[in-house]
Amino acid sequence: MSEATTVLQVPEVSLVVLVGASGSGKTSFAARHFRPTEVVSSDACRALVSDDENDQSATADAFDLLNVIVGKRLGRGLLTVVDATNVQPHARRSLIAVAKEHDVLATAVVLDVPPAVSVERNAARPDRTFGASVVRRQHDQLRRSLKSLRREGFRHVHVLSSVEEIEAATFERTRLHNDLRDVTGPFDVIGDVHGCRAELEQLLDHLGYVVTSDAKGRPVDAAHPDGRRAIFVGDLVDRGPDSPGVLRLVMGMVGAGHAFCVAGNHEAKLSNALSGRKVTVSHGLETTLAQLEAESDDFRAEVARFVDGLIAHYVMDGGRLVVAHAGLKESYHGRASGRVRAFALYGDTSGETDEFGLPVRYPWAEDYRGQAMVLYGHTPTPTPEWVNNTMCLDTGCVFGGALTALRYPEREVVQVEAAETYYEPVRPLAPPERDPDVLRLDDVLGPRIIETTTMGRISLREENAAGALEVMSRFAVDPTRLLYLPPTMSPSDTSTLDDHLEHPEQAFTHLARTGAGQVICEEKHMGSRAVIVVERSGAGVVHTRTGRSFFDAATERTVLDRVAAAIGTAGLWDELATDQLVLDAEIMPWSTKAGALIRQQYAAVGAAARAGLGSTLEVLSTAATRGLDVAGLLDRTARRRADADAYTAAYRRYVWDVDGLDGLRVAPFQVLASRTETFQTRDHLWHLGIADRLAEADGDLFATTGRLVVDPTDEASAATGAAWWEELTAAGGEGMVVKPLANLTRRPKKGLVQPGVKVRGREYLRIIYGLDYTEQENLSRLRDRNLGRKQSMALREYALGLEALRRHTSGEPTWRVHECVFAILALESEPVDPRL
Amino acid sequence: MLLTITATRNDGLADPSDLGYLLHKHPDRVQTFEVFGGTATVAYPEVTVERCTVALVLEVDPIGLVRGRRGRNEGFSLAQYVNDRPYAATSLLSVAMGKVFRSALNGQCKPRPELVAAPLDLRIELPTLPGGAELVTRLFSPLGWTVTAEPLPLDPEIPAWGDSDYCTVSLVGTLTLADALNHLYVLIPVLDGGKHYWVSGDEVDKLVRAGTGWLGSHPERDLINSRYLARQRDLIDEVRERLTELDGSIEPAEDPVHREPPLVRLRHDAVIEQVERLRPGSVLDLGCGPGALLRRLLETRGVERVVGTEVAAGALEIAAKRLHVDRMTERQADRLDLLLSSLQYQDRRLVGFDLAVLMEVIEHVDEDRLPAVVANVFGFMRPGAVVVTTPNGEYNALYPTLSEGGFRHVDHRFEWTRAELAEWSDAVAARYGYSVERFGIGTEDAELGTPTQMAVFRRVEEAAA
Repeated sequence: MSEATTVLQVPEVSLVVLVGASGSGKTSFAARHFRPTEVVSSDACRALVSDDENDQSATADAFDLLNVIVGKRLGRGLLTVVDATNVQPHARRSLIAVAKEHDVLATAVVLDVPPAVSVERNAARPDRTFGASVVRRQHDQLRRSLKSLRREGFRHVHVLSSVEEIEAATFERTRLHNDLRDVTGPFDVIGDVHGCRAELEQLLDHLGYVVTSDAKGRPVDAAHPDGRRAIFVGDLVDRGPDSPGVLRLVMGMVGAGHAFCVAGNHEAKLSNALSGRKVTVSHGLETTLAQLEAESDDFRAEVARFVDGLIAHYVMDGGRLVVAHAGLKESYHGRASGRVRAFALYGDTSGETDEFGLPVRYPWAEDYRGQAMVLYGHTPTPTPEWVNNTMCLDTGCVFGGALTALRYPEREVVQVEAAETYYEPVRPLAPPERDPDVLRLDDVLGPRIIETTTMGRISLREENAAGALEVMSRFAVDPTRLLYLPPTMSPSDTSTLDDHLEHPEQAFTHLARTGAGQVICEEKHMGSRAVIVVERSGAGVVHTRTGRSFFDAATERTVLDRVAAAIGTAGLWDELATDQLVLDAEIMPWSTKAGALIRQQYAAVGAAARAGLGSTLEVLSTAATRGLDVAGLLDRTARRRADADAYTAAYRRYVWDVDGLDGLRVAPFQVLASRTETFQTRDHLWHLGIADRLAEADGDLFATTGRLVVDPTDEASAATGAAWWEELTAAGGEGMVVKPLANLTRRPKKGLVQPGVKVRGREYLRIIYGLDYTEQENLSRLRDRNLGRKQSMALREYALGLEALRRHTSGEPTWRVHECVFAILALESEPVDPRL
Repeated sequence: MLLTITATRNDGLADPSDLGYLLHKHPDRVQTFEVFGGTATVAYPEVTVERCTVALVLEVDPIGLVRGRRGRNEGFSLAQYVNDRPYAATSLLSVAMGKVFRSALNGQCKPRPELVAAPLDLRIELPTLPGGAELVTRLFSPLGWTVTAEPLPLDPEIPAWGDSDYCTVSLVGTLTLADALNHLYVLIPVLDGGKHYWVSGDEVDKLVRAGTGWLGSHPERDLINSRYLARQRDLIDEVRERLTELDGSIEPAEDPVHREPPLVRLRHDAVIEQVERLRPGSVLDLGCGPGALLRRLLETRGVERVVGTEVAAGALEIAAKRLHVDRMTERQADRLDLLLSSLQYQDRRLVGFDLAVLMEVIEHVDEDRLPAVVANVFGFMRPGAVVVTTPNGEYNALYPTLSEGGFRHVDHRFEWTRAELAEWSDAVAARYGYSVERFGIGTEDAELGTPTQMAVFRRVEEAAA
């Protein structure tokens, strides 16, 4: 039984169970010390399920509900206080079970008030109808419980034995030992050392640490001039040539605040051995114990203290980094229980052993979907690889592999080769079993939130994801090859000019308002949007904006060969130091992809319009000669007949014959990514410069993109831009896109600026808004268009696209890239006016 | 959009301008009417002692027409804004006729009742009638019209594109005006190909009224009914019954739209036969479509759990409707789950079944994405048995309408020969630890085999046990 103290300590994430008879003052005690939402009361639950908080027949349902609420809160890592009598063991048992299930510690706070006080308090409450005998019975039960509370599973038991003690008590919320969220990087996380002191010194040196030695020349500390700190993933000892040397160095670093260290299973075993517990001396422990024999008693005692005090896992850097020796699944992050410690030390083991007699470990990282990066060791692997934002840093140094560190947050691997094989591995080093390309339905379906670098968290609605599932599953190219989908683009705000729906003026004003500086006007080619992923070898894929193959397999190969060759001729493979490029492009003519649509939709409507309006015109002319007053109708029909011709001319400009690649034109306008780099911060003249070099290299295939840099805040410059647009569209062009010249632009507080707004030509818009949209009565109604949603979608899709590319270029697994790409498609299933 | 009707003087019509009485529209006036979708104008461009022509001009407001409507798919919903409604003779013209020429359609003419029954020498011109010349002729000729249908080219500057679906049509014949108008009233929407804005029970009444006396005996009756009613089966049945009552001359006809091809049934029989042989407690129908097989599985004794999956939420809704899930007892409903899922993604809910059925599914998967599907089904879900059915491509030679190398369905990505299925299924079985047997489904051709082929996989450790 613990002493009654005035300051009661409870872990920040834990379950606090109040124990006290009815009338002992639990509710007001809880209200004094905890937020109302932190307290779950059995009376309140009784009221919720029965409309009467004293209805004893509802007790079973009320406690079911109470347990559910407690479980949900603990699952979310919230401190939870249970306000119920809890004087009977079975009531406490179910609460202890919930706490265990969520791996949090349970604390009992006993309010041991003399029964007379409780009886008196109950008597003052008209709704409490039970008599003194009930309170006395509860008090007896409480007294009997006191001895067994710890045995039942409460880590801390606080007993407040008088009204005065209850009044005087205060709470202090303590952090768990594993909670280092306030410790931020940069860090260098170092894999299993296993007594390889020389390699560790060398690695620390590579990482930029300065090693200091004691008088005997033994390294005792290492510090980084920039204040970086090392984190050891455990297994410092056993098997290798100098475990005491490694311990001396690491203990020195930890002691000086230059490093952190989590416990490995070998430290756990060493700790047992040193404290005299019975252990099987094997797997290299014999070596360590022998080496330690040569050390002083003081040193051995220091080692014993050190390994005994090691924590099994740390949550660091605001929760973004978790370090545990054998890894840790998400629901165990920041939790404390036997099984959490066992997982962290030994991994996800089932107790079975493999043909080498070693424990079978379930590949937990394959299922990992958490946001936090998990770095771990324990399982020797030939090369460190990212698996779902986790990385195993044990590259078997002691087995003749390498000692590995990961620079955090840079995600850069630094390695030192082992000088020799110090120990023969029992089983061969194997790569992680997970296939990073395997996708799971819960990667994409259901309501989801995706964390992006440029826009933070982006939420996706469940029905949108469902809408995208069919397109992605049935029509898109293989997800391992689908690295990106282009975002939608908003048109400029609606023009106020008499006969225009869109005009450059509004685009300039929009971007001038955002303070984006200079803008670039880019000719908008009218073809079909294409994403080209091409490798130096000519492998790759060309896909549409919904992820479908752009060409048949044979044409795709030819196109990719030509693209790869042109990139080579332009010298870009070497210049960008890559063997893969992702290009954003328009492929013309429109009829290549949309031939059927143009014929069945656009041409057919044109044919009907010309014939229908033509005949109407004739009939009305005849009627007019009879003296009938049909002038108005005749006039309108004549104008609409002319509109039909203008419309036909509009679509015809985007139609021409293609024979093989003859006649096919590719106009790239952005370099989205290389193998390791994205280019959204290079200005657009750089991007178009690359496109120009491709056109120089292969002018038959590549088309250049007309451009003009405009200062939107300067009237004369803006007028030049408008004139340029007039010229483009008068010649039959679709229009232009106005982008911040600097490319990715962010406004302080307001976030991302639209990456581009389109300004479409007056004639082109006939094929979007209808043949005779230019008629005043039509225009006046069409002006009422709502761009807000389109603009918001455009930004979200833009951020998701950049995120997909970022993940791809940082070598993240397919599913991480795919969830972004899928999200873009999902957003596209949102109902938005398709004419925008 | 334009319709002209010309009446020439004959025995029944001494003064052609009497057409004005029949139509209740004065030949010397221009009249306008607000109609659904726009404005109709009636004017007479020609009134002589020999001939009288009336023109109905319908100005459709395309913007007003789509207001409040919302599309879901970019490529298609743009069609709402750039479409033929303002220019072609479509259901909108029919609706306008119903309003502007109502009494003429109903055969009423109080000032000149004798004109109603008089056969007139009529010429009707429609400059843009959809549906194609052949169908126009098939629909109007049996009614006594001499049909001239001149197809309109899609784009005169691009002759390679050929003709559009629209024709400039003239109909010449001697009929009562009411019959002529009723023919147009029904057949224009039929030619428009079911682009009706809505179909309700009300449409049945209109069809019965306008079709009385001619529709029942029309050789294309079933086509007309089904297209006019936008292929809604219960409405089609209703109109057939009511026409039978009215005309007393129609024998029940087979519904051409909903006749189930027997091969589908044979496939279901074959799969159910395997279910009865393998005796699974739980069955997964991957790609269950509208749920025809699910129904059979639910009827199969011993199958305690049936799960159907589809990749399109809409398909699941249809399946739920067809299976009447909302009316199932709790015990029945507990046996069935319909899940949105995709074979391209691992779905934990689908692990641990006794049998998985992939009936006519794999041929809808791109061949380069098939290995991922196989890994998912055989490696991840690992059911005790898997039944796969797929077309036998060799058999296609026996389908006269199929072009050389063509597939039976536009979405088929491949149709394997028997050897190809054998090679694939042997490889899958070997890789994932299954045994495999192959069967044919449907009438067997000595050389080309059966139209459908089936592979039945059984997990090896189960088979040994």
